[in-house]
Order: sequence, then structure tokens, then C-alpha cells
Amino acid sequence: MLDLAPHLLAGLEISTLPQQLVTGLLIGTIYALVALGYTMVYGVLKLINFAHGEVFMLGAYAALLISWSLGYTPGNSLEHGSWMALILMLIGAMIVCALIGMIIERLAYRPMRNQARIASLITAIGVSLFLQYGGQIFLLNGTPQNIDPKVSPFYSSDPTVGNIQLTIKGPNKELLAKADQMSSLVDKAKTDYEAELKLEGGDEFNLQPKGKELRDLYRKEQRDLESAKNDANKGAILVNLPKGQVFMLGSVLIIMVGLTWLVMFTRQGRAMRAVSLDFDSASLMGINVNAVVTFTFALGSSLAGAGAMMAATFQSGTKIDTFFGVLPGVKAFVAAVLGGIGNIPGAVLGGILMGLAENLVVWAGYGGYKDAIAFVILIAILLFKPGGLLGSAKVEKV
Amino acid sequence: MNLLKLDKATIKFGGLIAVNEVSFEINKGDLFGLIGPNGAGKTTCFNLITGVYKPTSGQISFDGRDITGTPANKIANLGIARTFQNIRLFKSMSVLENVVTAGYLRHKTSMASAFFYLPSAIKENEQLKEEAMKLLEVVDLAHVADVRSCDLAYGMQRRLEIARAMATQPQLLLLDEPAAGMNPQEKEELNAMVKKIRDHHNMTVLLIEHDMRFVMSLCEKIFVLDHGEEICFGPPEKVRNDPKVIAAYLGEAV
Repeated sequence: MLDLAPHLLAGLEISTLPQQLVTGLLIGTIYALVALGYTMVYGVLKLINFAHGEVFMLGAYAALLISWSLGYTPGNSLEHGSWMALILMLIGAMIVCALIGMIIERLAYRPMRNQARIASLITAIGVSLFLQYGGQIFLLNGTPQNIDPKVSPFYSSDPTVGNIQLTIKGPNKELLAKADQMSSLVDKAKTDYEAELKLEGGDEFNLQPKGKELRDLYRKEQRDLESAKNDANKGAILVNLPKGQVFMLGSVLIIMVGLTWLVMFTRQGRAMRAVSLDFDSASLMGINVNAVVTFTFALGSSLAGAGAMMAATFQSGTKIDTFFGVLPGVKAFVAAVLGGIGNIPGAVLGGILMGLAENLVVWAGYGGYKDAIAFVILIAILLFKPGGLLGSAKVEKV
Repeated sequence: MNLLKLDKATIKFGGLIAVNEVSFEINKGDLFGLIGPNGAGKTTCFNLITGVYKPTSGQISFDGRDITGTPANKIANLGIARTFQNIRLFKSMSVLENVVTAGYLRHKTSMASAFFYLPSAIKENEQLKEEAMKLLEVVDLAHVADVRSCDLAYGMQRRLEIARAMATQPQLLLLDEPAAGMNPQEKEELNAMVKKIRDHHNMTVLLIEHDMRFVMSLCEKIFVLDHGEEICFGPPEKVRNDPKVIAAYLGEAV
């Protein structure tokens, strides 16, 4: 086992760790948004809304269709988009999801409210499957689509423009200066070789000995420059923050502060907390429990919509189909359990830890197991701390 | 003018008739006691009045309005509030928050103005807290306003339930065994408190209680239930000497 350790850890390159942590944090905020929906519905109804991942999926479709209606259809030739486009997509996805959440609650869960808990749970799974497979009929025949990244005002085909680059530890300056000197040598070798090539008739494959010599020299200089650059950059720690994802992080933070405020200090929030603590006495205090449940679904679903819009827009190459919500849904559910289901700060913590865990697995060189870590965490938390990190173990007072 | 009227209210659970054709009237300003042995249907009566259960037959009216089958939260809106036999506070909220939450109905702030913390929202929040503090003073809990409600002593939790019910500004206050688990001194204080609530806060009180001395010294009218049926109704002196009541509580002579 000890002999194996260095081999297992061989992939750990400390210089790439900050980048992975930052990426993990960004993904984690999306999980946190979705986990909030699970945890709020659980808090109020003690129901695990398994269809939440599908609400997320529908939110991504809403964002996609809005981007199309703004002209960013496949193969468009538009310039990059605007803040306005992003905000329209964000608000649009949130509103669509809020409505869908309310409809699901009204049609599927409310009739089951007074039945055994297991009935609602199975209904939730049914709604989830219905949307995954039924959605294929209605949603663009289930053909995977992606949101044109150009819709974002931050988009640029040049990564140095589209990214904010943070330097934690710069390259070695001496070596870098040396490499700079070498680049003039390369330029010279190149011009020499190209001049000779012209002289010899321009055919690269039939060079005279002199031409061959100059060509080999040019190639050698090039290789030397590369390795000098590598030496200079060895030990440098750089973090790339795509600007779109910074926007995403900012929006998530604003949404979370708003949510905390809403739940802690407004009358709707107070009613929500009262209903989650005691359904019956809340209603006997004059709180309209149905209205509170509807509101909770609308709120939780709109957060999933926001998460979906961001996941689909700012992660390049994301394809949307009707199963788009399955994996994020499961991961966010694990995040909610990890933080302590029913606990709002717990969902945020759980989401961020999930994102970090996933990217640490990638960092350690086991990228193939990225999606499996969620389940490992779920099993571990259920075994060792079933109440979750911030959930309190219930002690009955006798 | 009666405030609450039960007219042949009946509820059956399967074959069991929990409350059978119970009729009584409560006038404004009454201190009305509902007593009976365990399982007589007293709490079920409360559940009928507050809309937790819907009567199988019969009618319940409040303030001249038929409330049979009206949802619980709407009945609370109309002005009936209650406490619970087994304490059901919002446990993880502070004492003050419990009372403020019950004042929910009277919040007028729209969500938008609360969200953006507009001056009207701030003002209302302050006002609600002030009103809640006043109620806490009535039940002598002002000094523990910031304590989590589940950390209070039992007797204090019972008093907090009363304050929470009062925060909805009801006309009729239903107290389900308010004195349960209290020592004699606490009971005496509670007795004075209930009278004060009736006199100074214009509330009519209907209470369930097992402690006979407490009920007899507090209530002006007493209604006795046994096996879901009325067996006696009248002032304390009448109830105390009624042979049926004595039989129900002590068993009949063989």
C-alpha cells in the first residue's frame, strides 16, 4: 500500500490546484442553487421533489428558446451579445421554472398531500420520468442543442480576452528573459531558411544539403525556445476565470443574499419557516398553508431555472436534451443531504463542497470518476452523519 | 348576542362517534369551561371549531356567520385563535419571533417593499415587534424575548402559546389545558392572567381543563362532555353537584 502511494499521487501537480479549486467553486454555486430548491420544498412539505432536476432541464430549454428568439439560432452570424440578452434569459428561465414548479405542485403533489408520504415520493419520480421522456415529444424532438456562447457579452474567441487571468506566482523572470532572447534567434533562423528555400525553388521535400542544414537549425531553435518557455513557466501558478463565470458567481451571490433576506425577514419568509416548523399550528395562526407551499415551489424552481440558464450558457459545449437535469439534479440532491436537508445555509455549503470534491477528483487524475464522487459522498454522509453537516441530530426531550 | 354557536355538531371517525350532537352557545365576554373525562371529545370539539376537522353533520357559526367546513387559516382570520394541549410552538424560533409570526395576518407590507427594505416595511416590522413585546409583557415573558422557544421551561412555553394565539387578535381564544403541568402557584398566576386577558383585551375565552379547582374558580359557565355527549351545562355550583358529572368522573356507585 505504501509502495503504491507515490504512484497514486503522481498526478498531483500543485500548480494546477488553484485553477481546479476555482472551477469547483463556480460549479458548486450552481449545485447550491439547485440544492436550495430541494431543501426548501423538503423543509415545508417533507417531500423530496425528484422532479426538481427536470425543472432545471426545462429552465435550460427556456434559456435556449429565448436565445433563439433573440437571433442566436444555430449557424447565426451575429456579433457577441449584450447584458440585456443575458438578463432576459436569466429572468425568463426563472419565470418559466417558477410557473412549471407551481403547476407540478398543484397537479401532482397537492392531491397526494394527505396520503402516505411514500405516495408523494413515487408521484415525484413519476413526474420526473414523465418530463424526461414525454419532453422528447415536445422539446425539439429531444435533439441535443446548445446555447450559442456568443450570446454572452463576455464571449471572445480569444481566450486571453474572454478570461480574467490571475497570477498567483509568476514565471521565473530570468528564464523568461532568456527565452525572449532565444525568440530572436528563432526569427533569424526562420528568415535564413525561408530565403534558402526560395533560392532552391520552394520545394520543401527536395532540399539541397544547405537547405536541409538551415531547416534543421530552424527546427532545433524552435524546440529550444519551447523548452526554455516551459522551464520559465514551471512552478508558475495561473488561474483563468472566464468572465461569463464570474458574472455567474456574482449573480448567484446576489440571489443567495436576497433569498436569505426573504426567508429571514419578510412576512412570506416567516410564514414559510412557520409552516416548515409546524404545518397545522401555522394554519391555525391564520397562515394560508397552500399559498405558502405554492410560493415555496415557485421560489425553489426559479432558483433551478437560474442555475440551468447559467450552466447551459457559460459552460462551453454544454448540450441540452431532456436528460440535461438528471445528473445535476442528483448531485444537487446529494449536496442538500450533505449540508443537512431542510437547512438553507446547509444547501449552499453542500453545493460548494460538491463542486470542489468533483474538481479535486479531476485534479488527482481520476476525471473518469468525477460523477461517481457524488454517490460516494452520499453513502459516506448517510453512514456517518445522516443529519448532514449543518443539520442537527434530533434529540427528543422526555 | 352569541359569539360562537354549535348546533348539533357531530363528527364520526369510522364507527366511532367522537362528538355527538353537541350544542352550546358562547356569548361575548364569557369565560367558558369545557370539561369531561379523558377521551370525552373536548379537543375534538376544539378541532371542529378551529376547522382542523370538518363536522360530519351539524352547524358551527361564529359571529353570526356559518363557519362549518371553512379552512383553518380562514377561521383564524375571522378571529378564533387557540393553544394546544401538547405544546406546538415554532421551536427553533425565538420567543419574540413566535409572536411576530402569528401577527402575520396583520402585515400589510407587500413582498416587493419588504424585499427592498422600504421605510414602510421597516416601520411595520418595528411596530409588530412592539406589539409582540406588549403581549409578552401580558404573559410575563418579556425578559426572555430572545430565548429560543424550545429552551423555555414548560410553564413558560404554555404562556408563550397564549401570547402567540393573542397575537392574531382574536375575538375568541381557545385554551386547551392551559394549566397542565403547572405547579399550584403557576396555576394561580395563570388564573389571574386569563381573567386579565378577558377584561383588558376584550377576548372571549373557551378553555379545556382537567383541574377542577382551576376551572371552578375561573369559569362562569361550564359545559361537561362525556363520550362525546353533553351531560351537564351551567354555572360551577350546578356542575359541581350534578350526579351525572360525579358519576362520569368517579364512576357510579354499585
